[in-house]
Amino acid sequence: MRILASLKIAGRALRRNKMRSLLTMLGIIIGVGAVIGSVSLTSGATKQVEDQVSSLGESVITVFSGNFTSGAMRGGWGSAPTLTVADALAITGLKNVVAVTPEVRDREQVLANGLNWNTQVMGESPDYPQIRNWGIASGAMFSDQDVRSLAKSAVIGKTVADQLFPNENPVGQTIRIRNLPFLIVGVLAPKGFNLFGQDQDDTVVVPYTSHMHRITTRTFVNDILVEAANDKAIDSVQKEITDLLLARHRSKEQDFTVRNQLELMQAVTATSRAMSFLLAGVAAVSLVVGGIGIMNIMLVSVTERTREIGIRMAVGARAADILVQFLIEAVTLSAIGGSIGIIGGVGFSKIVAYLKDMPTVTPFIWIGIAFISSAVIGIISGFYPAWKASKLDPIDALRYE
Amino acid sequence: MQTNPVIKLADIRKVYHTGEVDVHAVRGISLEVFPGEFVALMGASGSGKSTLMNMIGALDRPTDGHYWLDGIDVSTLDGDALADVRNEKIGFVFQGFNLLSRTSALENVEMPMLYNRRRVQSHEQRERGLRALGLVGLGERADHHPNQLSGGQQQRVAIARALVNQPSLLLADEPTGNLDSQTSIEIMGVFQKLSGQGITIVMVTHELDVARFTRRMVVLRDGKIVTDEPVQNRSSAEQELQKLHAAQQAVKLAL
Repeated sequence: MRILASLKIAGRALRRNKMRSLLTMLGIIIGVGAVIGSVSLTSGATKQVEDQVSSLGESVITVFSGNFTSGAMRGGWGSAPTLTVADALAITGLKNVVAVTPEVRDREQVLANGLNWNTQVMGESPDYPQIRNWGIASGAMFSDQDVRSLAKSAVIGKTVADQLFPNENPVGQTIRIRNLPFLIVGVLAPKGFNLFGQDQDDTVVVPYTSHMHRITTRTFVNDILVEAANDKAIDSVQKEITDLLLARHRSKEQDFTVRNQLELMQAVTATSRAMSFLLAGVAAVSLVVGGIGIMNIMLVSVTERTREIGIRMAVGARAADILVQFLIEAVTLSAIGGSIGIIGGVGFSKIVAYLKDMPTVTPFIWIGIAFISSAVIGIISGFYPAWKASKLDPIDALRYE
Repeated sequence: MQTNPVIKLADIRKVYHTGEVDVHAVRGISLEVFPGEFVALMGASGSGKSTLMNMIGALDRPTDGHYWLDGIDVSTLDGDALADVRNEKIGFVFQGFNLLSRTSALENVEMPMLYNRRRVQSHEQRERGLRALGLVGLGERADHHPNQLSGGQQQRVAIARALVNQPSLLLADEPTGNLDSQTSIEIMGVFQKLSGQGITIVMVTHELDVARFTRRMVVLRDGKIVTDEPVQNRSSAEQELQKLHAAQQAVKLAL
């Protein structure tokens, strides 16, 4: 018996009891809808986080000073001054390293235009925007020459620009840091908040030499940012940096920490994977409940249509024909339910995204999984009733009142 | 005339094992029905005629004995093969019509073709379905649903359904049991017409009046054949209808 004819019969049987079919599908609809909706929203949130992580630069390696041990006292990252500019310059010579910047950070009160603002002043090399994947909105980055000459040049973030130069172009103006006039050569493109909720645009970037000799008097840097040539080179570069610094520092114990963005990313994706497993669990439970509903209704349907089964057997339907017919009916029921759930879930997430201004990602893999598993649920829950129908004795079925 | 029988029963027996007592419903029946015959199978309830009909209809297997339908030994076949035999060789007409409700007359008639082992194209299904409906005089009612048809019309649809696969045997179980006398005569007229076209018909009935429309009467009692003889004074549906009309006319005149 052909599938198309079975589908037609199934469609007619389901239309006959529209309300009942709908209620039966409801379990699957709600289950699938809830999962698709929440997956859309959570994967939207996850994607936002991932974007933020990758906005730091995907193949960036950070060397933190520290892991300080002094007698019985021990401390973590950044707790001991161990990294120097010379370390950073040495790293520049390694294979597969495309950009390096030593980094010094300090909070300063900066003045301009009769206004003042407390912000983070960073000492960096000209490689900094490239490493951080950060564009210059106007003007330009300071140069290597500026680094060599301890130039009083600065590149400022969007927030600082807004605070100190509300109505004019800051490029070409001066800001005073610790009473030293710095010429603004560029404004960074807006970057927004980072993972920890800090405003990344609230910053002033100056040559690290100027920072270490003019603003502060430091000989050590907070950390060193290194950009590897590509994702694949990260591990080898990381190892080479470790070896190099161990040799340079001549210390038995590692007095620095090397981390990359990929590790951070993996931490984030691990969280979202745990979330996915949770959702899959919820989905499985609701699909099982929906499947029981379908099995229940299919059993009722088989009993109601005993005579029809008898007639079909009398005119030559084999047991397998009856089995397939009822299986297709159950699968139609669950697949339609699954489809409605998918549409509802996607629609729900879009509405929430619109109202709450949240990003959503339509999870095509989950849609596929949801559709296939609701069809499978249909087969599983339809099998027993269909098998029961196919085992009916045609004589008894024909006589059934 | 040496033709092969459509039905050949050789010492058919059927025993039901219910609880401690074995019920012998059919106790050794041998019977041959040849192509084109119109046979009435008669008997009181409990005579075993229903059991016999189920076996002739390949709905049930005998406990003992052999049954050849159109040369095939049906008594040894399994469930799927029996289903195929019912599909290809037998057309059923039931007392309660047994049409699928909310399904058009044409779709009801097309239904047996869904289960043909050889695929029938949908346009061919439609063609054959309409032809079968035309044969029973319901060509214009193809799109009507059973609840829009009278009892007689529903039974005609059922007959069309039974004929659509061109079976070797038309098997009718009390086909007039749910119909009034005029409609019954009309339905018997359909059967007589089909019989005239060479279709083999076996009809189970307990009404002598109905049995008189056939050509051969087989009477069962206690699971055995007691008489098997040609019908004397065979009724003709046409004449009976005229008689009925005359009688009705007379009543009207009398009123």
